[in-house]
Amino acid sequence: MKLINEYKANPKKLILPVLVAALLVLLGLSPNFTKPYATIMLGTIMMYIILSLSWNMFSGATGYVSLATAAFFGVGVYVSAFFGSSLSLPLLMLMGGIFSFVIAFLVGAVTLRLRGVYFTIFTLGIVKLLEQLMLYLEITFNKTRGRFVVSYTFTEVFYWLFILMILVILLSVFIKRTRFGLALKCIAEGEDAAMHIGIGSTMVKILAFAISSFAMGAAGAAMATRWTYIDPYIAFSTNLSFLPVLMVIFGGGRHVFGPLIGAVVFAYIQELLITDFPYVYMLAFGVIMIVSIIFMPNGIVGVIENIVGRIKKAKGGRKNADP
Amino acid sequence: MLTTLINVLSSGLIMGGVYAIISMGLSMQYGVARILNVSHGEFIMLGAFLCFTLVRSHVHPILSMLLCVPVMFVIGFVLHRTIYKKLSDVSGSTAAFESNSMLVSFGLMFVVQNVALLLWGSEQKGYTFLMRSVKILGSPIALNRLLVLVFAVAISFAFYIFLERSRLGKAIRAVSQDPSAARLLGVRRTRVAAICFGIGAILAGCAGALITMINQINTSMGMNYTIIAIIVVVLGGMGSIPGSLLGGFILGFIGTVVNYIDPSLSLVAYYLIIIVLLLVKPSGLMGGKS
Amino acid sequence: MQILNGSGVNKAFGGRKAVDNVDFHVDENEILGLIGPNGAGKTTLFNLISGAIKADSGTITYKGRVISGMKPYRICHMGLARTFQKAKNFPDMTVRENVLMGAVFGKKGTDNAAAERKTDEILSFVGLEDFRDKSPGDIALALQKRVEVARALATSPDVLMLDEVMAGLNPTEVGEAMELISKIRGSGVTIIMIEHVMKAIMSLCDRIIVLHHGQKIEEGTPEHISNSKTVIDVYLGE
Repeated sequence: MKLINEYKANPKKLILPVLVAALLVLLGLSPNFTKPYATIMLGTIMMYIILSLSWNMFSGATGYVSLATAAFFGVGVYVSAFFGSSLSLPLLMLMGGIFSFVIAFLVGAVTLRLRGVYFTIFTLGIVKLLEQLMLYLEITFNKTRGRFVVSYTFTEVFYWLFILMILVILLSVFIKRTRFGLALKCIAEGEDAAMHIGIGSTMVKILAFAISSFAMGAAGAAMATRWTYIDPYIAFSTNLSFLPVLMVIFGGGRHVFGPLIGAVVFAYIQELLITDFPYVYMLAFGVIMIVSIIFMPNGIVGVIENIVGRIKKAKGGRKNADP
Repeated sequence: MLTTLINVLSSGLIMGGVYAIISMGLSMQYGVARILNVSHGEFIMLGAFLCFTLVRSHVHPILSMLLCVPVMFVIGFVLHRTIYKKLSDVSGSTAAFESNSMLVSFGLMFVVQNVALLLWGSEQKGYTFLMRSVKILGSPIALNRLLVLVFAVAISFAFYIFLERSRLGKAIRAVSQDPSAARLLGVRRTRVAAICFGIGAILAGCAGALITMINQINTSMGMNYTIIAIIVVVLGGMGSIPGSLLGGFILGFIGTVVNYIDPSLSLVAYYLIIIVLLLVKPSGLMGGKS
Repeated sequence: MQILNGSGVNKAFGGRKAVDNVDFHVDENEILGLIGPNGAGKTTLFNLISGAIKADSGTITYKGRVISGMKPYRICHMGLARTFQKAKNFPDMTVRENVLMGAVFGKKGTDNAAAERKTDEILSFVGLEDFRDKSPGDIALALQKRVEVARALATSPDVLMLDEVMAGLNPTEVGEAMELISKIRGSGVTIIMIEHVMKAIMSLCDRIIVLHHGQKIEEGTPEHISNSKTVIDVYLGE
C-alpha cells in the first residue's frame, strides 16, 4: 500500500468508513436493547480493540515490537484499586492513563535506544518485574495477594470504554495524517536515514510509546472496576501483552481496520472457547499466530486488498483486450 | 555454617549448570539461526514430560534422558526446516526475519504449552529418584542432587568442548561469527542453522530431564526458564557460548543466594538484573559489538 | 573561509583505532575528497561528523559552533546532510515521497506547500522526474543513489557529505554522477565526498585528504596527492 493511497480522496473509499461509523453508533446504543451478557461481551471486545489499536499506534507504526501492554494495563488496574473509592470512573481512567503515560515516557526515555529483540525482551521484563514487585509488596505489607476494587455496573463501564475506543480510533486515523505520523513511518522504514534527514527519532518514539500507553492504562482502570477483585497476576497477565500483537498481526497493521477486525474476531473466539476449552483456545491462538506471520504478512486486510486488487486488474485486463 | 555454605554452593552449581545448558542452547539458536527462541522453555518442559512419562513406564531416569536426545533433535530440526525456513524465504531482511521469527516462536510457545496441557493436564507431577543422601565434608547432600550436579556441569562443558573442537562445532561458530565468510568456506548456512536448532532443543530437553530428577514439574514451567535463559544470554552476550556458560553459573549463584535470603524476591532480582543489564551494557559480559 | 573544522578527533572500536587523532577542515563551497584503503576510517569520520556516533575525544565545529556530541537530527537542521554508503531509501515510499520526507523534516518551520514545491524542484534538479512515482526498489542502483542524494539535498544543506555515491556504477553513470556533483557545488553547496573512483576524485576535488589506519597521512591538491610518495606506498602496499 502506498502512502499516496491514504491521502488521495476516492469516493468509493468512503463506503467503508460510513459503514463502520453506522456500526459504531449501533454499538453505542446497544446496551439499550441487548441482554446484559452481550453488553459485557461487547465491553471485552472494546477493551481488545483499544489495546490492539494503541499497540499498533506505536509498535505497528515503528516496527518496535513492544510486549509492555500488560504493564501499562496493569498500572491502570492498580490505579483503580488504590483510588477507586475516592474518584469517579472517568477520573480513574484519566488517572490510569496519566500514570501509564508518565511511566511509559520514563521507560521509553531510557530504553528506546535498544533495538530489535533487545527492546522486546526489555518490555516483557518490565511486565514481569512489575508483576513480581507488586506481588512482593502486597504480600509483605498487605499480607494478602489481591485486593478488591470499587465496582461500577457493566453498562457504565461499557459507555466509558466506548468513549475511549472512539478516541483511540480517531487518534489512530488522525495520527497518520500528521507530521508526527510521517516521522513514525520514516523511523519504521529506516531509522538511520530518518535521523539524518532531521527527525528527532528518540523523542518521536518516546512520545508515541507514551501516547499508546495512555490508552492502555485508561483501559486497565476501567476494566478493574468491572472485575471487582484483582491481584498482580490478573493485572499484569502476559496474555494481555500477546493478544494485541496477535490481533494486529492477524488483522493487519497498516490499516486501522486491521487491528479492529483482529480484535473483534479473537475476542469473539475467546468468548466462545475460553471457558470450556481454554487449552484449545490458546493452541489455536498459537497456530493462527504462526500461520498469519508466514502466510499473511499484511493480515486479513492485506489479503482482502490483494483480492480486490486482482479483481480490479482482471476487469482492467478484459477492458484492454476488448476495445 | 559449613552446612549452609555447602548447601548454597551445591544449589548454586546445580542451578548454574542447568541454566548454562539451557542458555547455551538459546544463545546458539540466536547466534546461528538468528531466532530468539522464546519457546525454548517449552522445550525444556517437553523434555521434562517426555522423561517423566518414560520413567512412569519403568524406564530408568538416566536412560530416559538419553532417549530424549534424538526425539528433541528431530523436533527442533524439523521445526526449523519447515516453519523457520519458510519464514526466512518470506522475510525481506535479517532484521525482519529476527522480528518475525521471535513472534513465530511466541506462537510456538502457546502451541507446545497447550498441547502439553491437553496431554498431561496442569497438575504438579514428579517421581522419586535416589533420595538417599551422602555426607560431603560432614554435610548431608541428596544423591539425586549430586547426580544432577555432575550431569549439568558435565553436559555444559562437554557442549562447550564440542563447539571448540569438533568439525561441526567449528562450522557452527563460523556461521555465527560471519555468515558470508562461512558460505565461502562451503558451510551450508540453513542446514547448519537447522542442526543448531535441533541441538538447542536437545539441550533444552536434557535440562528438562535433569529437572525432573530433583523437582516437581508442571506444564506451565516453561516461561520462567525461558526468561532465565534470556537473562543469562543477555548477561553473557547474545550469541556468545562462553558468555552463556559463565553467565549461567553467575545467575545460578545469584539466584541461590537471593533465594536463601528471601525466596519471594528471587524473580524480582532476576528481572532487575536483566533490566539494569540491558540499560548498562546490552552487548553483555563477553559480547563484542552491540 | 572554513565552514567545518575538526581537531584531534578520535574514535576506537574495542581497542582498534578507527579514527586516530585526525585534524581536518573544509572550506566554504569547495569539494573535499576523502580517500584511503578499505577500513581506513572514512565512513567512521562521516559518522562522527553527522552525529551517528560520538567521538571518544576531539571537537568538531560547524560554522563556529561545536557540533560533536549533538544528535544527528540537530546537525541536519543546522545544514549538514549526508548520504549512506549503502543507499538507505525508504522502501515503502515512492521516489517522490522519499525526497518529500527530506524536505518536510530537514529544515525547521517548512510548511507542507513549501516542502512539496522544494521536492519537485529537486526532482528536476537531479533528473528524477520520470521516476517520481516508482518505488526505489524498482529502479537502477545509480538512480537509487540519486534518490539518496536528492533526499539529502531536500533538507537544504550547506554542506553535503557523499559516501561512495559512485560505487557500483558503470562509466556512463559515473559521468552523470560527476556532472550532478559539480552542479550541486555550483548551487552553492559545500561537498565532502568519499570515493574510490579515482578519475572522479581527481577531476572534481579541490582538495583531498588521505586516511590510512585511521590516521591522516596526506592532504593537498589532487596533483599533490597523485605525486605523493606516502600515498603511492599505501596504495601499492595494499
